[in-house]
Amino acid sequence: MLEEQVMKLVGKTGDGIVMEVEKGAIKRYADAIGDYNPLYWDEEYARESGFDAIVAPPGFFGWPVSWDGPMPILVPLMAEMMDTIIKAGYGSILDGGIDYEFLRPVRAGDVLTAISRIASITEREGKSGKILFSIVETTYVNQDNELVAKTRQTVINR
Amino acid sequence: MVSQISWENIKVGDEIPALPKVATTQMLVKWAGATGDFNPIHYEDGFAAAHGIGKPIIHGQLKRAWLVQLITDWIGRAGTIEKFSCQFKAIDYPRQMKSMTEPAEGETHWCKGLVKKKYADGDKHYLECEMWIQNGKGEKTTLANATIIFR
Repeated sequence: MLEEQVMKLVGKTGDGIVMEVEKGAIKRYADAIGDYNPLYWDEEYARESGFDAIVAPPGFFGWPVSWDGPMPILVPLMAEMMDTIIKAGYGSILDGGIDYEFLRPVRAGDVLTAISRIASITEREGKSGKILFSIVETTYVNQDNELVAKTRQTVINR
Repeated sequence: MVSQISWENIKVGDEIPALPKVATTQMLVKWAGATGDFNPIHYEDGFAAAHGIGKPIIHGQLKRAWLVQLITDWIGRAGTIEKFSCQFKAIDYPRQMKSMTEPAEGETHWCKGLVKKKYADGDKHYLECEMWIQNGKGEKTTLANATIIFR
């Protein structure tokens, strides 16, 4: 039986996180991958390809305009979830993977709002004890109120 | 670098041109800075050892990004990724740096993939692909699937 504190997380929605997609941030991200696709680097090439600015590689949604704590990537809802789960006695964390649905391109200059929701938390019996699977769904909407992407992340704790 | 393919010429079973990646500690520092993932497990020896993985490991999301690049390098401007999913099966380690710019000898990670399905829905043309990363021992450490839509 899952602890009440953990069960209370299910269905919880975080505050919208405003993310700026800056040109330089796109290039640093592409450079870290070693991806020199001109769509991410060359303004003119991006325009010839039908975009009004360089685009972000699929999976990059910019940086939050502000953040608390040492990990900008960890949104408050996710941090709260991890904290509650660890306090409930599940020590180790594993990245259980991620699913993306890309609906529109993300371009330099876009301002996205990311809203995350804890979709489910389930416990299964593993070979070496209990394993917790938590699923967090996030939607990204741009400044024109268009849905640009949806993600579904699985976090595994044991 | 960016190829131009067409949906018509692709067959189920076709291989996606493999993409080799040499991960270095330098690359991991860049990725941390570019994404805001500052987990010490990716850059601190002692921290990584205390977590039972021996030494710093490659960010899972960086491996995911390589597999996205495998697809985008291949399809160029002919199509876009509509769906993409990624699962991590085993951890991977970066190479050390030999100089400011060169990696030390070591493992190369190969991103590979296959076309699994090809179909049309009205005037929309789709491919479904399966991808993976193979480590130096030939083991698949990362698995992914993508649905690609062609214009």
